[in-house]
Amino acid sequence: MISEALVDISRLQFAMTAITHFLFVPLTLGMSLMLVIMESLYVTTGKEIYKDMTRFWGKLFAINFAMGVVTGLTMEFQFGTNWAYYSHYVGDIFGVPLAIEGLMAFFLESTMIGLFFFGWDRLSKRKHLMVTLLVAFGSNLSALWILIANGWMQYPIGTVFNPETMRMELENFTQLLFNPVAQVKFLHTLSAGYLTGAIFVLGISAFYLLKKRDSEFARRSFAVAAGFGTVVSVSAIMLGDESGYHVAEVQPEKMAAIEAIWETEPAPAPFLIAANIDEENHDNSFTLEIPYALGLIATRSLDKEVPGIHELVALNEEKIRSGLMSYALLNQVRDKTATIAELAIFNEHIHNIGYALLLKKYVENPVDATDAQIAKAAASTIPKVTPMFWTFRIMVAIGFFLFLLSAYGLYSVKKGSAWNNKWLLRAALYSIPLPFIAAELGWFVAEFGRQPWTVYGILPTHLSVSSLNVSDVNGSLIAFALMYSSLFAVELFLMFKYARLGPSALHTGRYHFEGGKHV
Amino acid sequence: MFDYESLRLIWWVLVAVLLIGYAVMDGYDLGVGIQLPFVAKSDDERRVLINSIGPFWDGNQVWLILGAGAVFAAWPMIYATAFSGMYAALLLVLFALFLRPVGFDYRSKLESPAWRSFWDYALFIGGLVPALVIGVAFGNFLLGVPFHFDETMRSFYTGSLWQLLNPFALLTGLVSVAMLTMHGASFLLIKTEGGIQQRALRTSRWSAMATIILFAIAGYFMMHGVEGFRVVSTIDPSAPSNPLTKEVIHEAGAWMARYEQYPLLWLAPMLGFAAAALVLMLGDKKPGLSFIASGTSVAGIAATAGLTLFPFIMPSSTHPSQSLLMWDATSSEHTLGLMLVAAAIFMPLILMYTSWVFRVMRGKVTLQHIADNDHSSY
Ligand code: HDD
Ligand code: HEM
Ligand code: HEM
Repeated sequence: MISEALVDISRLQFAMTAITHFLFVPLTLGMSLMLVIMESLYVTTGKEIYKDMTRFWGKLFAINFAMGVVTGLTMEFQFGTNWAYYSHYVGDIFGVPLAIEGLMAFFLESTMIGLFFFGWDRLSKRKHLMVTLLVAFGSNLSALWILIANGWMQYPIGTVFNPETMRMELENFTQLLFNPVAQVKFLHTLSAGYLTGAIFVLGISAFYLLKKRDSEFARRSFAVAAGFGTVVSVSAIMLGDESGYHVAEVQPEKMAAIEAIWETEPAPAPFLIAANIDEENHDNSFTLEIPYALGLIATRSLDKEVPGIHELVALNEEKIRSGLMSYALLNQVRDKTATIAELAIFNEHIHNIGYALLLKKYVENPVDATDAQIAKAAASTIPKVTPMFWTFRIMVAIGFFLFLLSAYGLYSVKKGSAWNNKWLLRAALYSIPLPFIAAELGWFVAEFGRQPWTVYGILPTHLSVSSLNVSDVNGSLIAFALMYSSLFAVELFLMFKYARLGPSALHTGRYHFEGGKHV
Repeated sequence: MFDYESLRLIWWVLVAVLLIGYAVMDGYDLGVGIQLPFVAKSDDERRVLINSIGPFWDGNQVWLILGAGAVFAAWPMIYATAFSGMYAALLLVLFALFLRPVGFDYRSKLESPAWRSFWDYALFIGGLVPALVIGVAFGNFLLGVPFHFDETMRSFYTGSLWQLLNPFALLTGLVSVAMLTMHGASFLLIKTEGGIQQRALRTSRWSAMATIILFAIAGYFMMHGVEGFRVVSTIDPSAPSNPLTKEVIHEAGAWMARYEQYPLLWLAPMLGFAAAALVLMLGDKKPGLSFIASGTSVAGIAATAGLTLFPFIMPSSTHPSQSLLMWDATSSEHTLGLMLVAAAIFMPLILMYTSWVFRVMRGKVTLQHIADNDHSSY
């Protein structure tokens, strides 16, 4: 049997490397688009200051981008190194969007980024803008394809199990492509990235305004960021709501955990703002709730119920028993000795075979599982409630806060009061980490909430690992931790240095530290 | 459009093209990294070297990323078995590659000599280690790798990192380092002038010699010493992918027998030798041609490894019959067909815009150029 320790450490390594990758991704997504906006202003107005803005923010973009590539490399190989059985079992499907991402997005993004930095003197204004646009387009496309891949893991449609090859295979590419979960995921994640870019520029511009340096430069950057931030925070919130609706529809276990619903309640369910969750006794001893709200969010109706954890566990126990019917016949079907009647039973239950695989965590051959083991496997289909409940609420709170911040910022810019409003400027500066935190928590909700599955309902996490020694993965985990934290420290150092330096870093002679007049 | 058998063959060719594309395209910037401590004498000279590949290395590296993605999509079992089996080796490559994006971008952002010298070594390692380890991996593929499957198709690797570092594999690793150094030197002949170019010429000469000699020694071992693998049962090239249904034997001379049967195969190693010899002869007289020659030599040598293995991708030394072939380790017919369409649309586009970027960025990188662009260059 596969060792628990191996599974845990593999998960830890994946979580750590993915979280590190996603420290840099949102800023790349957001900044690349902001660079397009700034450079478009340069090309249409011809004002040199917009070119300086593009080049200065482009420098910070570059410092971040390098780390995005460093951490992305790991992601590309990690499915093979640490999730070999997963790669075999679903590679026929999962490999497709990943390879298309390379073909369509990474090549474009990475080839054009060279021209973005080195091509200023070699390209006409318009051509250079086109290059910047292609960089942004490439990074957005990369998000699209990776989220199609991830969307399929959350809601696996368009694919079938093939007993001969002992894996899942692609049946309908259109379904994979137009997976509704992937679409909202893409838009929500993209909005999150844009918001991160907006708050980053907003916060650093606020810093210059507080220091009363390079005010013209900072004011324009602040204004662009506040406008952009207001729009994209609304979109992040609306698409977050849409994500919740889809989760309720396709992953009721995740929804029940996010909302700490132990028993199915009469419709329309209330939304809990806060609760004291008693994970052991399956109860919330204290709740602060908004009546009807969850029913509206999760089902878009007043009469549909939101199923509770107890009901879902019972339902999943049935699925396990159904999956076992297929599993018991797997060998006969594979060596083609199954009778017609057996084949019929096999096919009737095949969609639940993943549930039978859950038992492999407890017994060598799922067919030998006891009732107690089946009950245990059924209970394991619900992710831990407390972390889900709180991480989700923090993300949402950050979302609303950032909307208020950007909208108030925009309003103050219009009124002309923003530049002297110390509280607003300070709030903007100290909010820089918030979108990063929200984005990581969002991934936590999405991925931890999918446990115990890597591919929901199809392949348990437990089976997905490579046959490695725990000590190998221990070693690599430590190496990753050391390498990533050193590089991250270097990155932060340069980021702070150049952000503090401001546009003087361009050495145009026009800015604060070069004795330039106050532009 | 195409049947399963043809699709499998086409994908073998396509993956080969991608991996050779990686060796040729990223190869020269890895090669420049390897030369950084030798060819350049001062900080400004090192910056000339770094900026000669500055606009290109990131795009070039995507050949590797796409190569991995394509192997995942077309040969999921190879992706799973090779990467998890050679775990330590793959991580070594990854960690070395980590040093490049940050090395290029961060090195010249501070003035401190210690800082810059640290990143210069990082870029050197980032060039050397991937070149070496990828060469070592191919050597091991030729020898066979100790892995097997259980009945659920879970793969198990039973060797160790030290086993991968055997003499033959180290030799193929050195071939890889020599040929990429040669390729990087040819690139510098085009991109630089004066003293740097003269030193690059010297590197180009000795690395071309080394490529020829080491490749010849590897060939000698292939003929006497390295055993090959042969499929002895019939295989149905259109059957569902299952590597457990055939019979393979491990026998001396099996690899070379292929060359007797199809003498045309000799073309690949011949190209490797002849083009490297051409690099030697051309020197700095025709740098453009010299670069094409070194690229051809790299392609010829890489193709030799792939053609020798055909139809094997990864033979198993402990359970030969469970070896992975390009017939029985692929994804489904549907996926292969779909991916072929995607490749047919996007590969030409990629080649088009890549060559546009090369055209825009043509011309030499000079010391004057670095001095003029002190704050925007790498
Ligand atoms: C929503 C967006 C998103 C998500 C979920 C991921 N990535 Fe990513 N990735 C990007 C968005 C992105 C990007 C914005 O395109 C990056 C970030 C910084 C950058 O340089 O490009 C990038 C870079 C990047 C690179 C370097 C590409 C280059 O050289 O330009 C690789 C190989 C990957 N990623 C691979 C992955 C894999 C295998 C993931 C899944 C496990 C993954 N990324 C998750
Ligand atoms: C970059 C943003 C992402 C972040 C921050 C993230 C975060 C996480 C976390 C925290 C885990 C661990 C969950 C646990 O084991 O408890 C995890 C697991 C995993 N995620 Fe993600 N994830 C990201 C993107 C993706 C994408 C895009 C994919 C696939 C396309 C993916 C596939 C997986 C897989 C295969 C695992 C390992 C198995 C598992 O533990 O479920 N992740 N991720
Ligand atoms: C009112 C505000 C928000 C709501 C209602 C909301 C809702 C959700 C939900 C339900 C998920 C889980 C989707 C799944 O499991 O598949 C999610 C995921 C996520 N959230 Fe939010 N969110 C909000 C704000 C934010 C903000 C402000 C950010 C970042 C700046 C953010 C970033 C993310 C990310 C990166 C994910 C993971 C990707 C995904 O599954 O879409 N969210 N969000």
